[in-house]
Amino acid sequence: MINKTVPNVQKACQGVKDAMTFMLGGFGLSGIPENAIAELVRLNVKDVTCISNNAGVDEFGLGLLLQKKQIRKMISSYVGENAEFERQMLSGELEVELIPQGTLAQRCRAAQSGIPAFYTPAGYGTEVAQDKESRAFNGKMHLLEYAFNADFAFVKAWKGDAAGNLIFKGSARNFNPNMCGAAKITVAEVEELVPVGSLDPNQIHIPGIFIQRIFQGNNYEKRIEQLTVRKRN
Amino acid sequence: MALSKEQIAQRIAKEVKDGYYVNLGIGIPTLVANFVRKDIEVDFQSENGVLGMGPFPFEGDEDPDLINAGKQTITTLPGASFFDSAMSFSMIRGQHVDLTILGAMEVSQNGDIANWKIPGKMVKGMGGAMDLVASAENIIVAMMHTNRAGDSKLLKKCSLPLTGVNCVKKIVSNLAVLEIVNNSFKLIERAPGVSIEEIKEATEGNLIIEGDIPEIKF
Repeated sequence: MINKTVPNVQKACQGVKDAMTFMLGGFGLSGIPENAIAELVRLNVKDVTCISNNAGVDEFGLGLLLQKKQIRKMISSYVGENAEFERQMLSGELEVELIPQGTLAQRCRAAQSGIPAFYTPAGYGTEVAQDKESRAFNGKMHLLEYAFNADFAFVKAWKGDAAGNLIFKGSARNFNPNMCGAAKITVAEVEELVPVGSLDPNQIHIPGIFIQRIFQGNNYEKRIEQLTVRKRN
Repeated sequence: MALSKEQIAQRIAKEVKDGYYVNLGIGIPTLVANFVRKDIEVDFQSENGVLGMGPFPFEGDEDPDLINAGKQTITTLPGASFFDSAMSFSMIRGQHVDLTILGAMEVSQNGDIANWKIPGKMVKGMGGAMDLVASAENIIVAMMHTNRAGDSKLLKKCSLPLTGVNCVKKIVSNLAVLEIVNNSFKLIERAPGVSIEEIKEATEGNLIIEGDIPEIKF
């Protein structure tokens, strides 16, 4: 067993520098790497490019890096919940590449799996198609999209072991598995770091080969963006 | 009278058939789940990685690890599954989802849709909408027929940046049910008490009216 554990988030983020490109898992605030984000804020790295479906909210998630103007460019599919993001984008302070969500996921997956590019119908005939190669397959037009090229991927899982094997929970899985192994270094933070051998190999979502560093995270807030409930009868 | 948002959702629910996998967008489409017949089997897919979505949780049962694409807390039904975003869009792009219901800011008579950006004013992003409209065979749009100023949102040509081209099949607005046919909006049903004249006035694009147009029944 190759041991991927690092003692803390500081060691996990070693080598992070200004102007790097990061992938960050999560959908809204669900399944975001809270510990890694806090460390990126503390390190105060600047001019970074972040690939993440959303940009958090004003006070949490990637919103924390936006507030400190650490992000030069965001690559996302949906930014509706973040007023500061919208302000920086409309004023031109922040460069933003909005791309279809399925294309975002597949560009991660392509990077993970050694596929340099792929064709997808999403975005054909829209702004997204500008300057992109297009081609018809079976009478339908598609766009050529490229694999991402990132320095670090920061992912969050529910359980993991020292080998880097990961299990996700609920819809907090989202982009996290697709980003594992899609950057030069993948850092996984887990709610529970369990002894090697205690995870059933049948149940592992991401094998440890895709992970370079794993650590047990602390103080997860796991904020809910839209609390929606029904009354008990 | 024009339909309420709930009534738009209720009318769209009649399009949901037994055995369908359905993707619901944010806003009015989310309400459709409340009106689907109880005697048919339908699975709701949420693009963030849930198949078999259930109702909102009871107070106190909410789980931050279980949300829908609108970031609302949800539950799952027996037989549900979770998966990653790439697999979620394999379901969508691969046309395994039978029906997509989404909102729109504008629709044009050739079936183009715009719903993600107002240049210089509002940019929320397309989320999964571009993937959905580019691949889905069966797309129903839930929308208001006009904007707050009273201008038509059913146009000859969309003025806003497009989400997808030639993709919308059917529209349920607060005034009418329409289908995209021969580069036109074909009037199928009208909201109870809404006249054909009112619909004509609220529709900028070509409108086809053939025979008697029945009122929407729920």
